[in-house]
Amino acid sequence: MKNVIKYMKGYRLVFGLAILSIVAATVMQLATPILIQYTIDSIIGTEPAGDLQFLMDRFGRNIMSIVGLVLGIALIRAVFLFLKGYFSSYAAENIAQNLRDKLYKQIQYMSYEYHTKRETGDLIQRCTSDVETIRRFLGVQIVDLGRILLMVTLSVIIMVRMSPKLTVYAVLMIPVLFAFSFIFFTKVQKNFKKADEAEAQMTTVIQENLSGVRVVRAFGREKYEIDKFETVNHGYKEKVYKLIEILAGFWSSSDFLTLVQSGIVLVVGARMVITGEITIGILVAFITYESMLLWPVKQLGRLLSEFGKTTVSINRIEEILSEPIEQVMPYETRPEIKGEIIFEHVNFSYPDGKQVLKDINFKIEPGETLGILGSTGSGKSTLVHLLQRLYEYEGTIKIDGQELKTIEKQWTRQKIGLVLQEPYLYAKTVKQNIGILRNDFEEAEIYEAAKTASIHDNILTFRDGYETVIGEKGVSLSGGQKQRVAISRTIIDSDKRILVFDDSLSAVDTETDMKIRKALKKRSKDVTTLIISHRISTLAEADTIIVLDQGRIIQKGSHEALLEEEGLYKRIWDLQKMVV
Amino acid sequence: MEEKNKEMKLKYDKNIWKEMFLYLKGFKKDFYRLCAFMISLAVLDVTFPLLTQYAIDHFVVPRDLEGLWRVAVAYFGMTLLMGGIVFFFIRLAGKIETSIVYKMRKDAFEKLQKLSFSYYDKNAVGWMIARTTSDTTKISETLAWGVVDLVWGLAMMLFISIVMLIVNWKLALVTLITVPLLAVISVLFEKKMLVAYRNVRKINSKITGLFNDGIVGAKTTKTLVREELNRDEFGLVTHDMKRTSIRAALFSAGYLPVALFISALGMVLTLYFGSIFILNTSITYGTLVLFITYARQFFDPVLELARIYTEMISAQAAAERVMSLINEQEEIVESSAVLQKYGDHYTQRIENWEKIQGNVTFNHVGFYYKEGEYILKDFNLDVKKGQTVALVGETGSGKSTIVNLACRFYEPTEGEILIDGKEYRSRSQSWLHANIGYVLQAPHLFSGTIKENIRYGKLDATDSEIVEAAKTVNAHDFIMKLEKGYDTEVGEGGGLLSTGEKQLISFARAIISKPALFFLDEATSSIDTETEAKIQQAIDRVLKNRTSFIVAHRLSTIRNADVILVIDKGVIIESGNHAELMALKGHYYELYTTQFVEEGEMDLLNQNTQTSLQSA
Repeated sequence: MKNVIKYMKGYRLVFGLAILSIVAATVMQLATPILIQYTIDSIIGTEPAGDLQFLMDRFGRNIMSIVGLVLGIALIRAVFLFLKGYFSSYAAENIAQNLRDKLYKQIQYMSYEYHTKRETGDLIQRCTSDVETIRRFLGVQIVDLGRILLMVTLSVIIMVRMSPKLTVYAVLMIPVLFAFSFIFFTKVQKNFKKADEAEAQMTTVIQENLSGVRVVRAFGREKYEIDKFETVNHGYKEKVYKLIEILAGFWSSSDFLTLVQSGIVLVVGARMVITGEITIGILVAFITYESMLLWPVKQLGRLLSEFGKTTVSINRIEEILSEPIEQVMPYETRPEIKGEIIFEHVNFSYPDGKQVLKDINFKIEPGETLGILGSTGSGKSTLVHLLQRLYEYEGTIKIDGQELKTIEKQWTRQKIGLVLQEPYLYAKTVKQNIGILRNDFEEAEIYEAAKTASIHDNILTFRDGYETVIGEKGVSLSGGQKQRVAISRTIIDSDKRILVFDDSLSAVDTETDMKIRKALKKRSKDVTTLIISHRISTLAEADTIIVLDQGRIIQKGSHEALLEEEGLYKRIWDLQKMVV
Repeated sequence: MEEKNKEMKLKYDKNIWKEMFLYLKGFKKDFYRLCAFMISLAVLDVTFPLLTQYAIDHFVVPRDLEGLWRVAVAYFGMTLLMGGIVFFFIRLAGKIETSIVYKMRKDAFEKLQKLSFSYYDKNAVGWMIARTTSDTTKISETLAWGVVDLVWGLAMMLFISIVMLIVNWKLALVTLITVPLLAVISVLFEKKMLVAYRNVRKINSKITGLFNDGIVGAKTTKTLVREELNRDEFGLVTHDMKRTSIRAALFSAGYLPVALFISALGMVLTLYFGSIFILNTSITYGTLVLFITYARQFFDPVLELARIYTEMISAQAAAERVMSLINEQEEIVESSAVLQKYGDHYTQRIENWEKIQGNVTFNHVGFYYKEGEYILKDFNLDVKKGQTVALVGETGSGKSTIVNLACRFYEPTEGEILIDGKEYRSRSQSWLHANIGYVLQAPHLFSGTIKENIRYGKLDATDSEIVEAAKTVNAHDFIMKLEKGYDTEVGEGGGLLSTGEKQLISFARAIISKPALFFLDEATSSIDTETEAKIQQAIDRVLKNRTSFIVAHRLSTIRNADVILVIDKGVIIESGNHAELMALKGHYYELYTTQFVEEGEMDLLNQNTQTSLQSA
């Protein structure tokens, strides 16, 4: 509840206006039956006007005046109802927008490590449906809740003023009805959940069947699959039907209780009119109020049971929002970067204690190229990730003599281009993907970058060329094509002083690999480059090559120097030489 | 684009619903019963105010206590009856809803099992899932509960009008005068709301997409320092969402007040004329109360009907899509002679199935989707029983098409494919598929246990057969290391296992039935050395004595093949065994040498790691 109020911050005034509007609308709604009672008793009949004597004094027994009043009240009510709808949705939509923006920002700035561990489906779920639950709660349910409570209180007050005795009879069933619906909706959640689970099961079977259609057909398992689907389809049907049956029980018995309550008012009220305790008009008014009361009370149980759901959603969102995010530290600066890199006694371990890098030392001059060779799990990816400060390390890394930890992360990342082995391309057009770094690249620059990465000709064969959307709704690219788009989107920025290729040409054939490297060299001569590769021909061109094994540098030197040593590098080179 | 236009259509299309009702004619009886329930409910709803009127006029106004108990009894009886009807109609509507959705899903799913791969190529999996799940739900809900509201609403309006006209036709006309206005305004508002909320949903799916980009692509975003730009873009869409939502909310916020005001207008008219009629004693108190109650009761059905009308419009697109899936033409259809002899998927006449030898012949086979754009052209190949054919070539060269044709996932558009000398279309698909083993490049497993996944290849396999198959492909050891062994859950799509493990299991699944024909699309992705070696060994064992087609990426596999085909643009450019092709010094030679170096490099790197692991 505390969090609910926190989320309303900034819009409490609007919420207040929504509540005021609903108060006004409800008062107007409740006034109408009084007027009808007055008409029946005092205008048509001859009973004393009671509380409404002032009307009698002013308008006399004039029906037209009542017509005017009722219409006026209806109009005011309509206006306030509209205002309530407007205010509450205004507040709820604004809050939802803030919440979405906040979540998105949070997700953008959470650590790299968080994203390597997190399950994406769950996160998306929280950002979409949990926000929706909260929005609905704020926009619809909370105001409804207010309206119902107000309605019940006010109508009971009015009824008490009209006839305390009949009021007692009129509210007899209300606690029962409320308790009944509250308990029911709390209990039935379990069945809702069961149905949801059955639905998820069914969807999984469809999903797996469709994406595995080749397996299904190759094994001739159509009948088996149909039988399997039959089970889950039937299971889901049964669960939903069971749920509807339970709901049928609830609605019919609560309808029954409602009608019994109305019946009590009718019969007791009629008796009281006959014995002269109340007037006919009062009886009619009671019948009307009763119908206004009973429906909301039934809803109240449901609303309160939904409260629980909202709390769960809020907690799930708070969990994301309370994660630490990357921040700029006061001691961090934005120095000019030329491209000298020094690693001194760098160590890195994962939080679980597994050491990935052990005592790494090397130096690269500006404009030089460092080649890195190593098997899967040797720590080579982690090593280059450290340069962008995607992880925190021990030891010293210096860029142009300045400790990396004292440079703003974002600044570092802007100056150091990193191309991942399995890059993510956004669900945008090819052109937008290549120009993703900024929104102000010219077409010529984009084409140029694509040509450098040898992807230009491929793009032209896509259906809409550079305007083709990537991803589910458009073209799906091969691993090599993705890598090349990723390269072009990084090298397009001539501001980068350091370029890192994390095995980012692994899915490209050797010939194209060579072509791309040549083009790159021409384009960015004085850029410091780090290349991770399995291809010796690629590494051979580097000024310095390090060979990594289980987090340690086991060989270091130029191509020529490494060929002088007995070691892994030479063995691989020999192999290559043997063939070519 | 076309689909979007259809979705935006705001006209009621009779033909779609006619087709739908024809499809659902099995539910006729249930629908009639439901109508009967709703009509009786309306009768009761209309009777309650009559009872009140009776009580007022006969007991309250004349101040007569005697006999009031009879009203009480009647009232209570009707209450019970009402409760009963409500209970049964909800259950019945629920039964109709769930049965319709069940039937549509079943038919759609069965159709999807028969449609050929060209349908799967054209439609995304997500699209097909949406057709079988959300669209069918939408239709069944609209139909079942639409009928409930429609029949009840119409009956209510009809009965109330009749009773009012009988009791006092003048006052009845006064009360009903606002109804047409209410109806027209309701339909207008509902339509506006339909469009407005559709726009909201559209933006909402955009937001979900952006969240997906933001979450799945978070790491890339970080390396590109795109956080700010992403946020700006996201902010634009959420802002748009807010504006559109508030706009949509304005319509719904405006609708109810307007409708209520019109209803109040009707009520006031009733009150005014009713009072005048009472004063000149042409009606009773009870009648006035009755009319006031009816005026209020008339309100709901009108709103309901307007709502159903727009619901039908909005469900129309779903209905059209589902019907088009269910009525989709199948591309591969067995001839009646084949069905007669070999049976269909449901009732396979295994007693008539010939034993397969494993000779495969392609005779001038051509294949294209679009006339003139050949994917495979005049392809000839003769594979003898037990031979291994390696298919080599770039992506899109037509390698996979050859496999797809041999498996009869597609049928040749030209020429013929013979199995054991007989045109394969003269036997059933089931017969062929019962005799092949197939391993995909990216292994696909189903949720369930490892055991269940292996058994997929032979449904009646015993546990020992499963273990044997797993042993053949070197999967047994890693399976036994798992806590639950063969009963380990593999997760959705096999997500709980590594790629290499999934591959081994898909091998076991493919060979458990000891198929005569074997198809393998070798994986390109690198796997850890240990698993890699196991897979290699498994492949060697599996290929022995089996006719095999391999889309090959590994040298050892290729080297051992009896025939190597180098395919380019749907045509064989080189063919022969390894030695012959190497001597040719052509395309294959080049391919082989590059591959040789790459594999050698990988081996060396990995060996090094292993030796240092041992020494450490």
